[in-house]
Amino acid sequence: MERGTGLSAEKKRPIGRGGAARTLATPSSKPPPQSDPVSTSRMSARQSRSLRLIMLPLLIVALWQLAAEFQLYNTVLLPPPERVATAAWSLLLSGELIRHLVDSLRRIAVANLVAFVTAVPLGILMGRYRPFEDFMDGFLNIIRPIPPLAWIPLAILWFGLGEKSVVFITLISAFFALLINTIAGVRSVDKSLPRAALTLGASQRDVIRDIIVPATLPHIFTGLRIALGVSWMSIVAAELIAASSGLGYMISYYREVLRSDLILVGMLSIGLIGFAMDRGLVWLEGRLLPWRTRLEM
Amino acid sequence: MTPKLEISAVTKDYAPLRGGLAVRALDNVAFSVSEGEFVSLLGPSGCGKSTLLMLIAGFERTSRGHISVDGREVTAPGADRGLVFQDYALFPWKSLIENVMYGPLKRGLPRRTCEEIARRYIDLVGISGFENHYPHQLSGGMRQRCALARSVANDPAVLLMDEPLAAIDALTRNTLQEEILRVCDARDGRPRKTVIYVTHSIDEAVFLSDRIVLMSPRPGRVFDIIDVDLPSPRTDATRQHPEFHALTKRIWESLKIYAKPE
Ligand SMILES: Nc1ncnc2c1ncn2[C@@H]1O[C@H](COP(=O)(O)OP(=O)(O)O)[C@@H](O)[C@H]1O
Ligand SMILES: [Mg+2]
Repeated sequence: MERGTGLSAEKKRPIGRGGAARTLATPSSKPPPQSDPVSTSRMSARQSRSLRLIMLPLLIVALWQLAAEFQLYNTVLLPPPERVATAAWSLLLSGELIRHLVDSLRRIAVANLVAFVTAVPLGILMGRYRPFEDFMDGFLNIIRPIPPLAWIPLAILWFGLGEKSVVFITLISAFFALLINTIAGVRSVDKSLPRAALTLGASQRDVIRDIIVPATLPHIFTGLRIALGVSWMSIVAAELIAASSGLGYMISYYREVLRSDLILVGMLSIGLIGFAMDRGLVWLEGRLLPWRTRLEM
Repeated sequence: MTPKLEISAVTKDYAPLRGGLAVRALDNVAFSVSEGEFVSLLGPSGCGKSTLLMLIAGFERTSRGHISVDGREVTAPGADRGLVFQDYALFPWKSLIENVMYGPLKRGLPRRTCEEIARRYIDLVGISGFENHYPHQLSGGMRQRCALARSVANDPAVLLMDEPLAAIDALTRNTLQEEILRVCDARDGRPRKTVIYVTHSIDEAVFLSDRIVLMSPRPGRVFDIIDVDLPSPRTDATRQHPEFHALTKRIWESLKIYAKPE
């Protein structure tokens, strides 16, 4: 469903034409208070929604535990949930999980920050000025299909094993996710908006700052969500090879000592953190871009 | 006295798309508009009305001929030529008052002054109380009122409107026609606005205009210019005036050969 792919921020608050028109009845600065039946039914809708969200994971865990109890499969290859939970607890207590997690998160943060400050301005210029895009396009389109993993040998050669290599590899995929979404965003800006600004006395530079940037923000948010998603993919691969800390390193270390329970702890941590970060961004977008609800017709 | 807006022998060819032929959107169009005049461009769709407006606004360059406002040739877009769009073109991330303040702020006026100006014009177009709403929270009619306020608040020498009421429902449209005239009236020591109004509605053109420029398609040409001698102010009674009917009939007779058979 849309939540799963995580790419549709579109339908969060469906204020249709009808809904918008209805708020017009009262010219107050706040929307009219909801009547009780409406708000209670909305609450229970949300609750049943989160219930449905966790139903399948719980079911899988239960079946998995049962299958292990009855020895339906080889539990050396896949330890039961109970053992994974115990392993997670011990890793948490020893501080090891947190340490790896913080290392990975720091690298992701740095990589995405660098990707953001380079890809967004570049994307805006490329989206706005066709000749500049033609100039950059050939080069970028040759670089883009190269998977982040293929950069690992070169990265190690350039930056050595460790922090810089991992950040570099993580940066590459985040950069393209942001760049492509920014360009698409600039392209999709309603042509009337810059024109309206120009007839109101804006300069070309004003148009970029006052119109193109805010109009593109929703796409930049989408780009950021995709960038963070692909960051996890490349950082784990990079840490497997080029680092001595981080969740990717942790997973590969416990593979060598054959601790499948601890491997699973690493994997599930990535899943949960990735999910939480994406939800966080969606929440932030709703906060920062309240006008977004009815942008496109 | 130089006219407010002068269009002299303007021809516009659009560059051919993918090996096709160049499109001649306007052919030798000429007329002038004096200060305070309300002139409509009327013709079937595709006759180059929007093209002419974009040339006046400075978003496109003429292929031949000149356009000047207050005697200065148009070379680029500028705040002296306000533009109201059919799709409103309000900035969706700005509240109504911020939308209206945008022009005055760009002129470098202090924030307080801009806010006062914006409130005055929001009030003038009848949407006060909604200053802090965002465009997506309003109906089409209210958005267009806001867009009108935004353009007029910036006090352009010429106000250009491209089918501003085409997407508005018929009931609201009649009211808004009167509003447009009222908003463009002389006020605060400013003279009446000079307006170029694009429409494909004969009634609308007759109701609003001092003069109507009739255009024919392929290529766009001016084939008649009609003076409208209806009493001011224009009200609902205007729509019943014998002259109103005589004019709409006369214009229909001359335009109907361009109505597409469907
Ligand atoms: N950017 C453009 N490129 C090529 N042809 C165009 C462009 N804009 C308009 N035209 C053509 O010019 C003619 C006039 O269009 P337009 O000015 O939009 O007419 P109107 O506003 O009267 O409907 C049409 O045939 C249209 O296809
Ligand atoms: Mg048009």
